[in-house]
Amino acid sequence: MVVHGELWTAKELFVLPNEFIYWSIQIVMYPFMTGLVAGAFVLSSLYHVFGFKQLKDIARFSLVFSFALLPVAMLPLMLHLSQPLRGSHVMMTPHFTSAISAFGVVFLTYACIVGSELWFVYREHFVETATALKNKPVRSSGENLRMKLFSLLTLGAWDISPAALEKDHKAVTVLSAVGIPVACFLHGYAGFIFGSVKANALWMTPLMPVIFICSAVVSGIALCILCYIVTMEIRKFLAGRRNAKSADIPSIEQLKGAQAQEVRMSSRYLLIFMILAVTLELLDMIFRGYTAVKSWDILRSVIYDRDFMQIFVLQFGIGNFVPFVLLLLPGLTVRRAALACTLVLFGVFMMRWNVVIGGQAFSLTFAGFMHYHLPIIPDSWETFREGLAGALLVAVTPFVLFYFLNKIFPVFLEEETN
Amino acid sequence: MKRRDFLRSTVIAVAGTSLPLTSMTWIDPREAFAANPDLRWIFLVDTHKCVGCGFCVKACKYENDIPQETNATRTWVERYVITRDGEVHADSPRGAHEGFTQRAIDRGTVGPLEIADEDIVQAFFVPKLCNQCDHPSCVQVCPVGATYKAPDGVVLVDRSWCIGCGYCVMGCPYGVRFFHPVHHVAEKCNFCYHRIHKGESTACAVACPFGARKIGNMKDPDDPVTKTVMSQRVGVLKDGFGTDPQVYYIGLNMEVR
Ligand code: SF4
Ligand code: SF4
Repeated sequence: MVVHGELWTAKELFVLPNEFIYWSIQIVMYPFMTGLVAGAFVLSSLYHVFGFKQLKDIARFSLVFSFALLPVAMLPLMLHLSQPLRGSHVMMTPHFTSAISAFGVVFLTYACIVGSELWFVYREHFVETATALKNKPVRSSGENLRMKLFSLLTLGAWDISPAALEKDHKAVTVLSAVGIPVACFLHGYAGFIFGSVKANALWMTPLMPVIFICSAVVSGIALCILCYIVTMEIRKFLAGRRNAKSADIPSIEQLKGAQAQEVRMSSRYLLIFMILAVTLELLDMIFRGYTAVKSWDILRSVIYDRDFMQIFVLQFGIGNFVPFVLLLLPGLTVRRAALACTLVLFGVFMMRWNVVIGGQAFSLTFAGFMHYHLPIIPDSWETFREGLAGALLVAVTPFVLFYFLNKIFPVFLEEETN
Repeated sequence: MKRRDFLRSTVIAVAGTSLPLTSMTWIDPREAFAANPDLRWIFLVDTHKCVGCGFCVKACKYENDIPQETNATRTWVERYVITRDGEVHADSPRGAHEGFTQRAIDRGTVGPLEIADEDIVQAFFVPKLCNQCDHPSCVQVCPVGATYKAPDGVVLVDRSWCIGCGYCVMGCPYGVRFFHPVHHVAEKCNFCYHRIHKGESTACAVACPFGARKIGNMKDPDDPVTKTVMSQRVGVLKDGFGTDPQVYYIGLNMEVR
């Protein structure tokens, strides 16, 4: 009878009998996905709060994307629980000395903030769509359904006079201002969950929450830029086909210009946060080597020996250094930015991997090691949920959600109506 | 409706609503235990007496319904062999479920290590189990309170409430926790709670032919275990984590991790 963790753990030298890699790929996905949520929100707030006008287009995009990512932040946790049906117990018996429990509360608060901000941003659109449909003399059943949905979404607030819209606007600013610290807190808590495990020599650092926040913003911005580029490419393609028929949708040239402008601007913010994230991570490592407490012996052998490839080649080399150079070289093209963003995302994923899996790579005895073999073929529920298949499910879900959300909250609203 | 019928249904209704009310009276376990404030369970392990036969490991699995073939266990025994060059070699094959039947040190994927008799300067066995810490980090981190500390000092897991997040498993500095292969919830030693409250000893202590394991009550000055802990040189494991473990060891060596 296999015990949890046995399927994917290989032990080497002196490891305690109960030690296995308990936190597997889903716990890598979990901070990765929450990081994307928080990062995407911060990017959208740069426009809403600090008024970086150049980011207007991508700001709305990232807000909707952040919302699509929200439910997915909980998905890996659910897939990881060995009693997933009891997940709601966290809300029913919050035990506040536990970081996971507090995380649940912060997460709910954050979800409310993003939800209401989204509502204020799109209220005008809801009202307009519902009214337009209502005024239509004959409606198909699909249109009827849409009308009902949008009427419901207005929540009874039909006033779209300039004064009312001005109020909406204020609310958005306030909400995103409040949202920034909550988003940081949200991800800080993900870091805190690890940083507070005193039994683990690699995780046990107060820097953990800060490192997590910085890399979260990095990954969120990178993902937004990347998705923005992809969506714009699709729009360009569609515009090319439709241009002949109608004159009031933006032309390919207009789109291209807007896209290059947005990408270049947001790449700059990406660079700033990358510098911050890498500095902090290196600082942590140097500090550990310098103070060299008892656990450093085993940490060193994990960092410089066993995980060298993952940490220095994949994470810092391909995931940080290469995209850094790509973004910094003059004359940034959209294509180069896309490549850089992909690498940045990979780098952040590797960072999560190295923290979560690397943190469990050594035994509590400080004398043995454990290796994690990611289950590839899902031949049981266990290998599905904690294997490659489960991780892919988590990775794909936000895009599916985004597709449907876009029908209700169209991200490229303005230019199309203009 | 006749008057009698009305009265009868009223009586039934009143009885019906009052019953659940009384059955819902809150029982605070702390109150229940307050009746017995003179209890603090502790454990004593004498490493001089342990021979590594592994009877305790088997007995524990029988007693607590952990399938014997499971590669995780509530209690286990470690073997330490220190060689002339000062190297420490340790292992615990399958938690010493069959005892130590091989001379060679088990090193997992690296393969066994044979050590010649003349190279050995010291060798001993160390049984381990949950320390029922005074400040248990497992209780601190559990997000739902499924892991909790009873007033008599024993840390328990509520199998019907644990969500299986594994935070406690990661949080325990002693590696005593694992997931039950059948119930799929956090699992660990609880000093045979069901036995000690009937005045019996733990299954492992009963099974040990050499008396290397004993359970005692710290609040009772006449308890032989308490007397030993108070009057002799005993040690605890990994004191630095601030968890205040309550399993005491006689003859604890600094090589023990
Ligand atoms: S030994 Fe570990 S599981 Fe037992 S009480 Fe202490 S921290 Fe909790
Ligand atoms: S695995 Fe169960 S007992 Fe352990 S922390 Fe999670 S909910 Fe609590």
